[in-house]
Amino acid sequence: MIEIRNLTKRYGALTAVNDISFTVTPGQVLGFLGPNGAGKSTTMKMITGFLAPSSGSVTVCGHDVESDPLAAKACMGYLPEGAPSYGEMTVRSFLEFIADIRGLSGERRRARLDDVIARLQLESVLEQMIETLSKGFKRRVGLAQALLHDPQVLILDEPTDGLDPNQKHQVRTLINDMSKDKIIVISTHILEEVDAVCNRAIIIAGGRLLADATPKELAARAPTGRLDDVFRQITTGQKAA
Amino acid sequence: MHNVKSIFRREFSSYFATPLALVFIVFFLVLAAAFAFQFGNFYERGQADLAPFFSFHPWLYLFLIPAISMRLWAEERKSGSIELLMTLPVTTWQAVIGKFLAAWAFAGVALALTFPMWITVNYLGDPDNGAILAAYIGSWLMAGGFLAIGACLSAATRNQVIAFIFTVVICFGFLFSGFPIVLDMVSGWAPRVLVDALASLSFYTHFQAISKGVIDLRDLLYFGTVIGVWLAANSIVLDMKKAD
Ligand SMILES: Nc1ncnc2c1ncn2[C@@H]1O[C@H](COP(=O)(O)OP(=O)(O)OP(=O)(O)O)[C@@H](O)[C@H]1O
Ligand SMILES: [Mg+2]
Repeated sequence: MIEIRNLTKRYGALTAVNDISFTVTPGQVLGFLGPNGAGKSTTMKMITGFLAPSSGSVTVCGHDVESDPLAAKACMGYLPEGAPSYGEMTVRSFLEFIADIRGLSGERRRARLDDVIARLQLESVLEQMIETLSKGFKRRVGLAQALLHDPQVLILDEPTDGLDPNQKHQVRTLINDMSKDKIIVISTHILEEVDAVCNRAIIIAGGRLLADATPKELAARAPTGRLDDVFRQITTGQKAA
Repeated sequence: MHNVKSIFRREFSSYFATPLALVFIVFFLVLAAAFAFQFGNFYERGQADLAPFFSFHPWLYLFLIPAISMRLWAEERKSGSIELLMTLPVTTWQAVIGKFLAAWAFAGVALALTFPMWITVNYLGDPDNGAILAAYIGSWLMAGGFLAIGACLSAATRNQVIAFIFTVVICFGFLFSGFPIVLDMVSGWAPRVLVDALASLSFYTHFQAISKGVIDLRDLLYFGTVIGVWLAANSIVLDMKKAD
């Protein structure tokens, strides 16, 4: 379970995230939508404990992210925006490092490594240095890293950005497969993806939560019945007001 | 402990993933030997010891250690991997220690590779090997002090060049405050305690003491404290401005 209460982040005069509250329960795949600069990544950074909130709190799997960060981090897998990793490492040694830190050992370690390598089709690049990988492969390595310990909670910041159509499909299938008992939060600019994988969507703009519903309900709010139109209506309406 | 080890291993092997490490080690060895032979009158002194070799270490470190330390955190910041590292279940302190130890071990490898000098003096004469060992330990401790300063400053910026320059400047302060020329200048007007305090703050004073062959607890404590304080500052800096 993720519980977010009155979460706010200020950068000087700018309020990047403004008093957001919501709860995500197992089985939910939450699509986090909003225009550029809406505060999606900032919110995710606070959920994963990278950024300290200016006010408000986040609880993940029952652990407060600020007061018990290690326990909270242990039950999360996180793909940061841009899928950063260690460029001078090979894919294999990078995943081994993550397995070390995640405390995986023995049979389970081997099984988990094999599993993510197969799921994200990384066999062909295992011995390649990460900095020489194409953008899509880098993203897949980032996803593999996030999935490695089979976490209860997955926070994925634009997981399909830069992937080819086959891989996009593959990753969506992967998310669907895992969604049954996990909590998955993904941010994306691809609205068809929300239809494809999410059973809940939150739209934020200017740091404020503007909509929280199922993709179907949202789409129904536009005369055209299209998510794009609702997105535009909600996020630009905000600016006009 | 387990996390420190994992981070140490990753960091340490990353030094050898690029030719940079090799370049650094070669550079260090060539300079260390060149200084000893050229300016230290290694042969001409007619004495079988490594004093001329060790006497240039502070100067070598002043420019070479910041070159190792500048990338420690600045690079993580720049590439964004700091966000990955700090959202893994590790504490800031574990990350700071793991990375520092890796850099320190790397400096240790470079230092250890000067062993042909040690063999040479034994071949040429009959040196006090205990004193040489002490000097090696002193030199490595001093490298640790430089590195801790560099690690902290590297955490304060994403720009490696800035990290390098600031580290050189601060390390220079830590060295120079113990130089006779500075102490003489200050002793003209300052009370004795201040002069002693200044001298006892300097890497130079403590390194000199150890490299004479005596490992005094006070000198060990000094380097331990310097390293501890700067690493604590390092982790505070990180916690304060991880994301900027
Ligand atoms: N370190 C920082 N200092 C100052 N402002 C920041 C900082 N990081 C983010 N911001 C600002 O916070 C706001 C929200 O940024 P955020 O990255 O969360 O947006 P986003 O919704 O993820 O956008 P995108 O869709 O482009 O990824 C932006 O206006 C951004 O400029
Ligand atoms: Mg973003």
